[in-house]
Amino acid sequence: MAQQIFAYIGHNNGQAEDSALELINAAAKIDSTAAVTAIVVGSGIDAVCDAVAKTYKEVWKIDAAALSNPNAEVTRKILVNVLPADCIILIPHDTFGMDLSPGLSVKLDSTFVADVVDIEGNEGGNLKLSRQEYSGMVSAHMECDISQGAAINIRPGSFAPDESQSAGGTVTDKSGDAGDIAESTRRFLEVLEAEAGDVDITKSDVLVSVGRGIEDEDNLEIIHDLAKAMKADVSCSRPIVDAKWLEKSRQVGTSGQTVKPNVYMAMGISGSFQHMGGIKGSPYIVAVNKNSKAPIFQLADVGVEADILEFVPELTEKVEEL
Amino acid sequence: MEILVCVKRVPDTSENEIEINSDGSDIERDDLVYSVNEWDNYAVEEAIQIRDNVGGSVTVVTVGDEEDEEVLRREMAMGADNGILISDDAFEGSDGKGIASILKAEIEKGKYDLIMTGAQADAGAGQVGGMLAAMMDLPYASLVNSIDIIDDKKIKAGREVEGGNQEMNEIDLPCVLSIQTGINEPRYVGIRGIRKVASVEIPVHGASDLGIDASSVGENGAKVKRLDYYLPDLGEGAEMLEGSTDEIVEKMIELLKSKGGIK
Ligand SMILES: Cc1cc2nc3c(=O)[nH]c(=O)nc-3n(C[C@H](O)[C@H](O)[C@H](O)COP(=O)(O)OP(=O)(O)OC[C@H]3O[C@@H](n4cnc5c(N)ncnc54)[C@H](O)[C@@H]3O)c2cc1C
Ligand SMILES: Nc1ncnc2c1ncn2[C@@H]1O[C@H](COP(=O)(O)O)[C@@H](O)[C@H]1O
Repeated sequence: MAQQIFAYIGHNNGQAEDSALELINAAAKIDSTAAVTAIVVGSGIDAVCDAVAKTYKEVWKIDAAALSNPNAEVTRKILVNVLPADCIILIPHDTFGMDLSPGLSVKLDSTFVADVVDIEGNEGGNLKLSRQEYSGMVSAHMECDISQGAAINIRPGSFAPDESQSAGGTVTDKSGDAGDIAESTRRFLEVLEAEAGDVDITKSDVLVSVGRGIEDEDNLEIIHDLAKAMKADVSCSRPIVDAKWLEKSRQVGTSGQTVKPNVYMAMGISGSFQHMGGIKGSPYIVAVNKNSKAPIFQLADVGVEADILEFVPELTEKVEEL
Repeated sequence: MEILVCVKRVPDTSENEIEINSDGSDIERDDLVYSVNEWDNYAVEEAIQIRDNVGGSVTVVTVGDEEDEEVLRREMAMGADNGILISDDAFEGSDGKGIASILKAEIEKGKYDLIMTGAQADAGAGQVGGMLAAMMDLPYASLVNSIDIIDDKKIKAGREVEGGNQEMNEIDLPCVLSIQTGINEPRYVGIRGIRKVASVEIPVHGASDLGIDASSVGENGAKVKRLDYYLPDLGEGAEMLEGSTDEIVEKMIELLKSKGGIK
């Protein structure tokens, strides 16, 4: 019999995440005939389940008061209790999926594959798929033995969403199978919201964004000068914030801000998926990078292979002359 | 507090252009600059700071070969007290589960209150820490960007979640944490610091020392295997501007004007 496939539905404030619509298409690439079951775990999740039933024929609801706040440790225990042996479960590769899945695969005694970007096919439990390594600089084909089940983390945005909304699925309450999920060894306390900074880059029309290619804190001046000349705001990639050269509120990416400018100038930024995940609304992307093979050039509209330390001052000078 | 930090030596992506070799079986290894995985370096710094505050020791461990010993020395120069190299031909080709089970065997030989890994390493998996915790039945938190030691039984740890928010948790010890960058500012290690630890003895543990069944790890035990490396065809990509700097700047200004980048 074919392996059962499940999709773990991420949700936030009573709404399923975009990845919910993507996982069903990832599942279809493993087995196009499979009936994929969505699993929604949380507290007060009826609305999420109903919405998800428009995409999945079968939805399992596991409602537990203990999960009014996210806790991957508790969720893992529940999944171990409800999932059948040898099944395949697809999980979004986000901060929750990264917390949940590696340990889940150990507890299910199944195979784990992280951050999958494409699936080529499944031949009798031998799954071929694609991942990226070295910050997206190269891709790799992988071969995975999933015959004894698998937890597979799927990169959000890698598979097309199924927007048909025509499944007319049913929601089954499986809360009774969740098992003993009493007090865990890891207890949720609170979520601290990110602090607002002096500028709100989510509202900027034009962003001059700087990455590790700037090399030194003192060099940031050339970025500020360009932004000033263009009447733009300065944003950055994560390493610049880690080094405390700019404040966190200027970081673009999945663990920073989501921006939607008209024009995005990526200066010395390699183009990792966590960075690009924070750029929405398809702005016109200009990339300057000294490495012609940097992934950013696959994603940008226009590119220049150059040293930003030399190129940016030249550009600033000409813009100032206008 | 007895702290163990798992570290890995990786090609430094900020120092190298990673290229694929001619048959796609590996990346081009000649002339690569290696360093300690960025995330692991933050983990070691955090461990050192905790030890300096509450006492105890910091041990760094890696699964690798003799060349990987250099990252242990580097982290010892930073301030780690002990290093352990886990090395055996049988370990070669291990997948994440293999590495986690090897580390588990080493950890069970000691007595650690806190075990740290990096959030992810060169293959961008982020799996070893979570697997290790589950194998040892210890609590786990990933993407940790703040740690407060409450007492010798529990800690308060912040996890970085989407949008730069922080999810605070109380976690019982012993536990496993994977550390996110930015949690601290790793100290600089000079050549003199490295020289100081150059002659420190670093024990090497193999499969038989750790009581590991060689068939469960390495290539044979791996359920996840890499077939090859390739460069994906992502369509057209950017229009690359060519010419003299003046010409490029001029073209770019025209484009920026037409797209509303310059008003
Ligand atoms: C859970 C998680 C969440 C994350 N969230 C985010 C996030 O929100 N935002 C984010 O940005 N990252 C995030 N990251 C980190 C991300 O994976 C990358 O490490 C990061 O985006 C890399 O930043 P970068 O492009 O500036 O640096 P690098 O990848 O080091 O790239 C630097 C680039 O500059 C080029 N360069 C170097 N010198 C020059 C020069 N003189 N002139 C021109 N070009 C030059 C290089 O060729 C290279 O392409 C996250 C990671 C994890 C694990
Ligand atoms: N070979 C190894 N030796 C020691 N620790 C490792 C090794 N591989 C991975 N790790 C640890 O696991 C973390 C996550 O790596 P990964 O799961 O490979 O992305 C790393 O940051 C290290 O702390």
